[in-house]
Amino acid sequence: MKRISKTAHSNLYTYGFVIIAYAVLMLITATGGISSSLKGQLVPICAYVVMAVSLNLTVGVLGELSLGHAGFMSVGAFTGVVACISLEALIPLAPLRMAISMVIGALCAGMAGALIGIPVLRLRGDYLAIVTLAFGEIIKNIINCLYVGTDSRGLHISFLTNSDALNLGEDGRVIIDGPMGISGITKISTFTTGIILILVTLFIVLNLVNSRSGRAIMALRDNRIAAESVGIPVTKYKMMAFVISAALAGAAGTLYAMNYSTIIATKFNFNTSILILVFVVLGGLGNVLGSIIAAAVLTVIPELLREFDDYRMLVYAIVLILVMIATNNAVFKSMLRRVLGKIRPSITKDVKEGP
Amino acid sequence: MLKVDNINVYYGAIHAIKGVSLEVNEGEIVTLIGANGAGKSTVLKTISGLLRSKTGEIIFLDENICSLASHKIVERGLAQVPEGRRVFLQMTVQENLEMGAYTRRGNIKGTMEKVYAQFPRLLERRKQVAGTLSGGEQQMLVMGRALMSHPKLLMLDEPSMGLAPILVEQIFAIIQTLNKEGTSILLVEQNAQMALSIADRAYVLETGSIAVSGTGRELIESDNIRKAYLGG
Ligand SMILES: Nc1ncnc2c1ncn2[C@@H]1O[C@H](COP(=O)(O)OP(=O)(O)OP(=O)(O)O)[C@@H](O)[C@H]1O
Ligand SMILES: [Mg+2]
Repeated sequence: MKRISKTAHSNLYTYGFVIIAYAVLMLITATGGISSSLKGQLVPICAYVVMAVSLNLTVGVLGELSLGHAGFMSVGAFTGVVACISLEALIPLAPLRMAISMVIGALCAGMAGALIGIPVLRLRGDYLAIVTLAFGEIIKNIINCLYVGTDSRGLHISFLTNSDALNLGEDGRVIIDGPMGISGITKISTFTTGIILILVTLFIVLNLVNSRSGRAIMALRDNRIAAESVGIPVTKYKMMAFVISAALAGAAGTLYAMNYSTIIATKFNFNTSILILVFVVLGGLGNVLGSIIAAAVLTVIPELLREFDDYRMLVYAIVLILVMIATNNAVFKSMLRRVLGKIRPSITKDVKEGP
Repeated sequence: MLKVDNINVYYGAIHAIKGVSLEVNEGEIVTLIGANGAGKSTVLKTISGLLRSKTGEIIFLDENICSLASHKIVERGLAQVPEGRRVFLQMTVQENLEMGAYTRRGNIKGTMEKVYAQFPRLLERRKQVAGTLSGGEQQMLVMGRALMSHPKLLMLDEPSMGLAPILVEQIFAIIQTLNKEGTSILLVEQNAQMALSIADRAYVLETGSIAVSGTGRELIESDNIRKAYLGG
């Protein structure tokens, strides 16, 4: 019983942290105390936080390496925006349309996750890393060759051609224009939408982790053979964690895309996948609050470093290295633990520390 | 209660198990002995559904379990203690035991108390992380964990491996107690002397097929077995 109340406590800290951060930022924005460039970053930060928390489910909790998380974001971004544009006439209410689009983005990304997971997750070994890496690249190239338009007769899809091949009617509109991506998006993502998506993500991930299924997932991360011997259906739980992770990335993709007027597939490339992996590793494997903070801070830093101009990425890299050294340093860690005492909320107390 | 009939198991092109048949009756201790690489672990993994046989059938409690998923087989009351002390390293002793009851619904307190009574050492170490237990304690933990699923038949893969003689005796005594309390046992062992001395019946596996079978006593007294497996 004691342990349950302890995890419940640390979960509350995580929700509380997000809500307080939201309140503070809304207050600063209202009083005009925030630069416009930073204000523009609020929605991307939310999207990256969701990406990091969801990737943590695969990498930290399930213990499988995924190198193509941006691929799921891409699937969610493009399907979500297509849905949103197609539904424009049907659902004029923007927040509702946004919510439905995110659900559609999540469903499509979840299906992509299932398609990859079914063959790969039955195998032992690091096949998932290789396959997700390939998936990220393949999905990028597919969307680059994809043309989608809409008119009164419905959706038109064409592949490897050009937008003329869509045969749209008079009232038609090209949505995805191959390598040009989607342009003319009505930006309906707001910071509030982003925070709601973060809270929903936390609700799903934290509840999963603290459930019977979550314990089974962590058991199979710990020792697969032992997990099989006590009767845990290994493939089922791997699929569950991986598909949920992919679906949440899809919703984050929709959120992200609806914040820009133009979105192209190459935005969601290997670098983005690695960036998110960096958030997860720096925040701590299995540590949800860590992922949130790492994603937020590391998205803001490059923005703050604008004044360094050309040296921006250099300074960013140095910051990363310093943080990496600091978080893996035993002395620093024990100091941090003393300072933070009991309030270091980690969803999995049993995750190995360090590499 | 368990009847394995003519199974053939392959690792790719390697024909590891060649037409093995064996049987465990209710209440028995049956042992499967043989040299390294004879295929003992392979037989156990096939019974528990981790590997598939190309032929034959495996009947457990009148049901063909050949094509059942491994977690379904545990649910049916057939538990395996895998080779090499596979504890959940990052969980405590208590959490390990809780995971052992994964396939069961309802209250596990009673079973947990029984397991602790059987292994008082585990009770002392209840809150210790399993990765820091000694080898002997880890072996007790995996056995206790398997008992948490309430198995009717318990399969043990080399429970005495790497343990000091006194611990080996302890482990064998526990196996006998479990058996008296109603759990049937299929025991794979390198320590043929000990295994044969507690077994009702025994099978000797040689490069993938059963070479000899008989009662424990018959095999201990057989000259060939003594030469091959009991060191003279
Ligand atoms: N995954 C595998 N891939 C290929 N060959 C394997 C695999 N596992 C086992 N083998 C081979 O199958 C044969 C039987 O192995 P098994 O582990 O069943 O032997 P064992 O009787 O349990 O031996 P030991 O007493 O050393 O544990 C061996 O020749 C082994 O090399
Ligand atoms: Mg073996």
